Amino acid sequence: MIEFKNVEKTYDTGTKALKGVSMRIDDGEFVFLVGPSGSGKSTIIKLISGELHPTAGFVEVNGYHLEKIKKSAIPHMRRTVGVVFQDFRLIENKTVYENVAFAMRVIGARNREIRKRVPYVLELVGLESKARRHPSELSGGEQQRVAIARAIVNNPSMIIADEPTGNLDPARSFEIMLLLEEINNLGTTVLVVTHEKELVERFTKRVVAIDEGRVVSDGMDGYYQYEEQ
Amino acid sequence: MKAALSATEWMGIISMKNSNFGYLMGEGIRSIFQHGFMSFAAVCVTVACLLIIGSFSLILYNVNIMVSDMEKENEIMVYIDESYDEAEAKSVGSRINMIENVEKATFITKESALQNFIANQGEGSAFEGLSASTFRHRFVVTLQDNSMMHDTVERIRQITGVVNISANNELAEGFTTIQNVLRIATIAIIALLLVVSLLIISNTVKLAMYDRRDEIAIMKMVGATNGFIRLPFIVQGFLLGITGAAAAFFIEWGLYDALTRKIASMDSMQLFSFVPFMNVLWPMVAVFAAAGLFVGVFGSLSSIRKFLEV
Repeated sequence: MIEFKNVEKTYDTGTKALKGVSMRIDDGEFVFLVGPSGSGKSTIIKLISGELHPTAGFVEVNGYHLEKIKKSAIPHMRRTVGVVFQDFRLIENKTVYENVAFAMRVIGARNREIRKRVPYVLELVGLESKARRHPSELSGGEQQRVAIARAIVNNPSMIIADEPTGNLDPARSFEIMLLLEEINNLGTTVLVVTHEKELVERFTKRVVAIDEGRVVSDGMDGYYQYEEQ
Repeated sequence: MKAALSATEWMGIISMKNSNFGYLMGEGIRSIFQHGFMSFAAVCVTVACLLIIGSFSLILYNVNIMVSDMEKENEIMVYIDESYDEAEAKSVGSRINMIENVEKATFITKESALQNFIANQGEGSAFEGLSASTFRHRFVVTLQDNSMMHDTVERIRQITGVVNISANNELAEGFTTIQNVLRIATIAIIALLLVVSLLIISNTVKLAMYDRRDEIAIMKMVGATNGFIRLPFIVQGFLLGITGAAAAFFIEWGLYDALTRKIASMDSMQLFSFVPFMNVLWPMVAVFAAAGLFVGVFGSLSSIRKFLEV
């Protein structure tokens, strides 16, 4: 669950990125966060992942109150949120399997759990046959699937995808969205940040639109409602 | 520099399962070989610094022993009033012994003083007809702490029956000065070189971290604790420090043995006596291991901090 209450964020440079954002995403929801570049989308992601602290207001993520979270609690909060980026951020000299296993290993999982869980997750994203390959041998879509596998391997209650299809062609993008939808159907909350209007329109999902640091629309009507204002 | 890991991080390390321990050790070793040349340079600098540190420690140790040996030979002669007979003179000895800082007062009769004197002059000397009455009863006094010689001599002088004292203040104070200067110099050099080793290891680890900053970012993203992220780098620093220390230790051992053997064989150097390395083997192991550990672990810790600020 994510809850923003009157969240403001002003950077040290004086830039006001968020000017009082309030929204709530419940467990199990699938939400698109849309808006032009510079609208504050990235700031919202960074607030959720604990990279930034709000200047004012309250941010709650999966029971952690991020406006007053202790530094030592941040890693534990992050384990409840899987993150997927536009540029995949895979480790080039590790295989697909190792990239996914790495995420388990660094939070102290046992070898036995890793050997059981990683093949299951690779199968879920459709890459069980490419476990021994390196990222450079895969297509963009496949690389993003590895990143998604890594994001869900520790069984977080929520996935945040920051422009996950920004580097992919429309067909691959659609497949990635279907995969995220499937993950959502398995019970994981999904928040997708994107500015790809066509993609958003192909799904009937809740769309939260941000512009100039404010929520300008929030509903099932998608991008249109935001654009018509 | 953040000094150490928090208690919970240590608990995490202690309770860590075998698989993780192997992983962390493996990552630490991998890090060393990824930057082979830099690691080699770091080990070399550590070896050089520890060699100098070890040499100064050994020199100081030997000088301490030489000085304390010399101090034992550095005696005070306390002469007793001529009119005292042997029994009266001996009673003065118990008063000397009561003074603080007096280690031992050995009584020498005028007769044995005469014999010693004649023996020292060599046979057939002009002094052979000398009578014991020319000499006084005396005490040979050794002190616990020669730096307080001046005070102690003054207190002995107060005792009735003591007529004269011959003591070599300057020599005793000279020893103490040499010792003090050497001690300060050694401490200064050790401190300086420890910092140098610390910096070079710190830089090596920093380079390794910089190289793996993407990996570190991913670790942070998936919720690895700072302690866990740090560990491979601490392992790396630890291994670099310990490798340097081990190499320096054996080189020091060889050098010291060769040098002392050389000096012992030279006639002009008979004045110096050296402690065999075997006598200081374990303290030296401890000193090198501690120094290696210190520069390795603190070197890496100091460079890690800034990378974890995400």
